[in-house]
Amino acid sequence: MAFPYSDKVLEHFRNPRNVGKIDEPDGKSTEGSPACGDMVAVYIKVDEDTKVLEDVKFESYGCASNIATGSIITEMAKGKTLSDAKKITWKQASEELGGLPPLKAHCSVLAVEGLRAAIRDYEERHGLVEEREPTTVEVIKKRLRHVMNPLSGLDVVRTELIKDITFEDGVVHIVADLPPDHQFAAVIKADIAEKIEPLWDVNEVIIDFAE
Amino acid sequence: MFGETIYLDNSAGTRLDEGVLEAMRPYLFDTYAVATSEFGYSMGIEAREALDRARASLAARLGAQAEEFIFTSGSTESSNMALKGVALALAEKKGKHLITSRLEDFPVLNTAAALGRQGFRVTLLEVDAEGLVDPEAVEKAIADDTILVSIQHANQEIGTVQDLESIARICREKGVLFHTDATHTYTRLPLDVSTLPVDMVTVSGHTIHGPKGVGGLYLRTGTPLGKWMDGGFQEFNHRAGVEDIPSAVGFAKAAELVTEEETERIRSLRDRLLDRALTEIPHTTLNGHRTRRLPQNANITFHYVEGESITLQLDMRGFAVSTGSACFSRSLEASHVIMGIGGDHERAHGSVRFSLGRYNTEVDVDGVVDAIAEVVRELRAISPLMPEEEKER
Repeated sequence: MAFPYSDKVLEHFRNPRNVGKIDEPDGKSTEGSPACGDMVAVYIKVDEDTKVLEDVKFESYGCASNIATGSIITEMAKGKTLSDAKKITWKQASEELGGLPPLKAHCSVLAVEGLRAAIRDYEERHGLVEEREPTTVEVIKKRLRHVMNPLSGLDVVRTELIKDITFEDGVVHIVADLPPDHQFAAVIKADIAEKIEPLWDVNEVIIDFAE
Repeated sequence: MFGETIYLDNSAGTRLDEGVLEAMRPYLFDTYAVATSEFGYSMGIEAREALDRARASLAARLGAQAEEFIFTSGSTESSNMALKGVALALAEKKGKHLITSRLEDFPVLNTAAALGRQGFRVTLLEVDAEGLVDPEAVEKAIADDTILVSIQHANQEIGTVQDLESIARICREKGVLFHTDATHTYTRLPLDVSTLPVDMVTVSGHTIHGPKGVGGLYLRTGTPLGKWMDGGFQEFNHRAGVEDIPSAVGFAKAAELVTEEETERIRSLRDRLLDRALTEIPHTTLNGHRTRRLPQNANITFHYVEGESITLQLDMRGFAVSTGSACFSRSLEASHVIMGIGGDHERAHGSVRFSLGRYNTEVDVDGVVDAIAEVVRELRAISPLMPEEEKER
């Protein structure tokens, strides 16, 4: 019988490794949001001298591929240096799992992003962020790819929900292709602000809705 | 292979009743002629008579005349026929406005959307938190150019049973045709067209232990309906194509086998499932109406966990159920029904539908509640949303 999932995905789904929280983690992240779908939290413990990931744990509010990817990526990352762990791609995680259905890419990519975000959190706290990248429309677009369009469960860039992005004098102006009274207008607005406001050279985020 | 599976997804499809297969068998191997051969030879006459008997019996269950019942390939075709047929017949004469609700199943919802793309105006009525359409909203939405109102009898996911009586009366008073999708209620809940002023009713065999791929449309005599599938003159010239007599006979037998006693038995099993799940498992929400509810349906959101994870874990324990989670759907879209009753993605994400049928027992119901309690506890233990102090590992 051909399940859409490989045996390895099912095995990790059934017995996920490294689940739970780490008390006083050195870095942590939460990716996704319950308003849009799956959610993953990643916690890391880092050896301060060697910059090796001593422990990685995750929690998942998600489907089988999300849980399995969280499980495999924490296994892959453990024992690696931060710079090596950061380089783990979704593709590698997926290959390690024996492949994931394309439809499920969206759900599993969150776990990979979660690991990277937890490492970034550690680096920011420890002043390890070398050069701060200036914000550009492309940088904003990249971040918006993490905001899911609740109508489709896909990101707002891919579903062409973002009509226009400008960045001038620290002010980001985003125009979303949704009526202002749309049922998801508030959720999408909050999600966008959450992703863009932390950028170091952004002072203000203005989100407008087009008719 | 699935002999051990405890199947609780009877709104998606059902196991065929052996009695249905036995009723069909002669029309597969002995009397295999088609009804249009009735003027040629005696096997054709026999085939015609079998089709007529099946038709009369299925129509009678709705309080209808035999000639008002058209066989189709199932609910999807029936609802396409109703909506597109009326659109074809009345667009020029009366107008291009249709009224339906957000909670309809895809055959009605997507047919209305397709007509919308062809220049028809479609009003999608909102529903309340339990999934009920307000009959007054129907009345308000009716305009001079309204040609059809289509409101389902009961919902496919949350089981809410609409106030068809009031909606049908309003449509009749306003002179607007009324169609209802009764896919999930036919034979399970009373629906009598001799007292209810409904013009068209969609029914199907797949939900009542009949064959898949056979359904019907009740069409009140005199209802204007354009023909959108051309070919022969079968089914009173409403539906071209070779009649599927074995399936028609099987459908009629399946309908006969559904009794009030059985429905009551299923209802009490469902009540047991709901009572146990909602009291024994914390952080749950009932989706749909508590009393105006399809007897075979239970739909519950288990908060802080995702539905596809639940269904897969239940499958590993031998239970088949379905979920409204976006992760479960091919389109990655959360259930439009849960969203339609004002739910958010979180509510759809953890929603599970249990739909009961003839072969379910109390052991099944107790088994699935025990299993889901365990599955939900395990998944909550790894969920970042579950309050830490309530996690049990």
